Amino acid sequence: MSVASRKAFDERVERALGDEMLQEVIAEGQDYMQALVEPARAEAEWAAAVDQIARIRAHTLAHLDRYVDQFATNVEERGGHVFFAADAAEARRYVSDLAQRQRAKLIVKSKSMVTEEIELNSALEAIGAKVVETDLGEFIVQMAHERPFHIVAPAIHKSLEQIRQLFSAAAGRQLEADARALTDYAQGVLREQFFAADMGISGCNFGVAATGSVVLVTNEGNGRMTTTLPRTHVVVMGVERLVPTIEDLEPILRVLPRAGAGERITAYVTAITGPRRDDEADGPREMHVVIVDNGRSRMLGGKYEKILMCIRCGACLDVCPVYRKIGGHAYDSVYPGPIGAVLSPLLDGLQCHPELPFASSLCGACTEVCPARIPLAEYIRELREDSVGNGPGPLAWRLGFQAFAAAAARPRLWAAAEAVALPFLRLMSAGGALLNGRGPLAAWTRSRDFPRAEGTSFRALWRRGQDRRGP
Amino acid sequence: MITCLGDALFARVGVATVQVLRNLGVAVDFPAAQTCCGQPAYNAGYRDAARDTARAFLRAFAGSESVVSISGSCAAMVREGFPDLFAGCPEEAAAAELAARTYEFSEFLVDVLGVRELPVSRHARVALHHSCHTRRLLGVVEQPVRLVQMVDGLEYIPLANAEQCCGFGGTFAVKMPRISTAMVDEKVDRILETGADLLVGLDMSCLMNIEGRLRRRGHAVEVRHLAEVLAAGWRA
Repeated sequence: MSVASRKAFDERVERALGDEMLQEVIAEGQDYMQALVEPARAEAEWAAAVDQIARIRAHTLAHLDRYVDQFATNVEERGGHVFFAADAAEARRYVSDLAQRQRAKLIVKSKSMVTEEIELNSALEAIGAKVVETDLGEFIVQMAHERPFHIVAPAIHKSLEQIRQLFSAAAGRQLEADARALTDYAQGVLREQFFAADMGISGCNFGVAATGSVVLVTNEGNGRMTTTLPRTHVVVMGVERLVPTIEDLEPILRVLPRAGAGERITAYVTAITGPRRDDEADGPREMHVVIVDNGRSRMLGGKYEKILMCIRCGACLDVCPVYRKIGGHAYDSVYPGPIGAVLSPLLDGLQCHPELPFASSLCGACTEVCPARIPLAEYIRELREDSVGNGPGPLAWRLGFQAFAAAAARPRLWAAAEAVALPFLRLMSAGGALLNGRGPLAAWTRSRDFPRAEGTSFRALWRRGQDRRGP
Repeated sequence: MITCLGDALFARVGVATVQVLRNLGVAVDFPAAQTCCGQPAYNAGYRDAARDTARAFLRAFAGSESVVSISGSCAAMVREGFPDLFAGCPEEAAAAELAARTYEFSEFLVDVLGVRELPVSRHARVALHHSCHTRRLLGVVEQPVRLVQMVDGLEYIPLANAEQCCGFGGTFAVKMPRISTAMVDEKVDRILETGADLLVGLDMSCLMNIEGRLRRRGHAVEVRHLAEVLAAGWRA
């Protein structure tokens, strides 16, 4: 952890902790989600579906090359174009070249985390296109010039009043602080954009290898508008987001809305197979599928492979006690929360996110709820091994643990050290010196009392009691 | 298993544990060669230091029949961490055997000894902190609740958001002290809401964190390991 990056991280944390309204909004959001999701998780079919999902995802990853080929062939057979982007730059270039070639002035987008990951919007804006996010949450964060706060609920951190202010500024008139009125405003604005747009860009929840279908799981209807009204539809998807067959979607579509939003099903589940055919009344004339690797294939076969099983439901964010305090922006990564603490260092390199593996109490709530059975907390711990094993690392910690291990393997030395240290600790704590401690204890005692030391170890009591009847 | 933290700072918990086990007719030994299970180094990412520590721990408990831990997370380290730490090492089999006979205190009482009633009295409104590793890694959730409910005079008040971490997290508490404090503050709020005058737990590390924050905020809620409550209230 470099000093500068740690300082920046701490500042982001302070900003979140100091924002009382934000603290309330996040906690309310998590509690609300928990109340919805917990009953679904308790259903008998949940565990079976989750096992099935883990099996399907693992199988797909084990044969990913085959399924990618099959998917691409089927997309092309249905008249779509496929482009493999090795990294974010290649993906951006393909889409912006396409937009330029087609003189696309207005581009509408439905929600997509991978386009956030490759920073597509700024690339398109750089060539003079106007990009409009049409998912209500994304629409709000785009207006606020922010990143999504949550992978499923991008604007969950915004209060009604904040949204009213944003919308009012954009509308040039004062809007009512009423959810219906604000949604009506957004709908009105977005409807015009859908009809005028030259290009629609969507993500892809799942690609079906056997059919070449792109499946979108949405709630607002904007996904269908984005993918059917403009002349050209561009799909941007992570290379791992495939399932072998339509049937494999069944458990996933059952669990994804439950895990992510406590819903039995989303309002829309859309499967798009190729562009408009000659006998069809609507749909785009052209369909381009951009398959993004950007570090994913590097993880195949490695110890972190299971992170590619993620179905992006956001369940780990909704239970994480650290996310509850620091929110989505403190992570300073496209993917926040436990999934981000693992995925971002793996995609971008640990050096880009040195704090993230340590921003966890390893409580295991994420691992417990993950419907793809990704060992998130275990991965966070592994990433710590990778962090301290590479580069100079924090020398004091390393030496400390080495010394600790050396003493721990020598019980006599250990007992002797205790016999010296504990009475001293007791004296210090009796004098109150530990309450506002300096040095290594300060991080504890700045906010917490140190326990009143008893001054004697259990082992000493045990030894003393041996000749009687134990301690 | 008294754990390094329990040995150095909370000898009274070890004494209480021995007392309760003896009261229940269990022959108790304390292998003096035990120090630490290696969890602090393991969770901080120092695998080699963790393995060295864990190896000494394996040796210390080699001859024991059952190992009872006063800390859920140290028991979880032996059960979940050791198999990973020693995978492919000569100690692999010994680690698996130790994992299979290691128990958290409340788990041992309810699941192994089959305790269904206790001659224990104590008058208090009690809240229970489950600790994340006890709950999620050991799957021990109901056992402490049942034990608390066996005590005459204890009024058990469930905590809201009980499954939420108290913010201790080992080195997390000092590496990320501001986040850790925000987390324990919420835990303290939930405890105060219950009106409990006694908080009982199964892990001194979490309890040290919660008690430290309670005291700093000026609250007198008594904080005890479950073994202490059982030992103190035992009717002779």
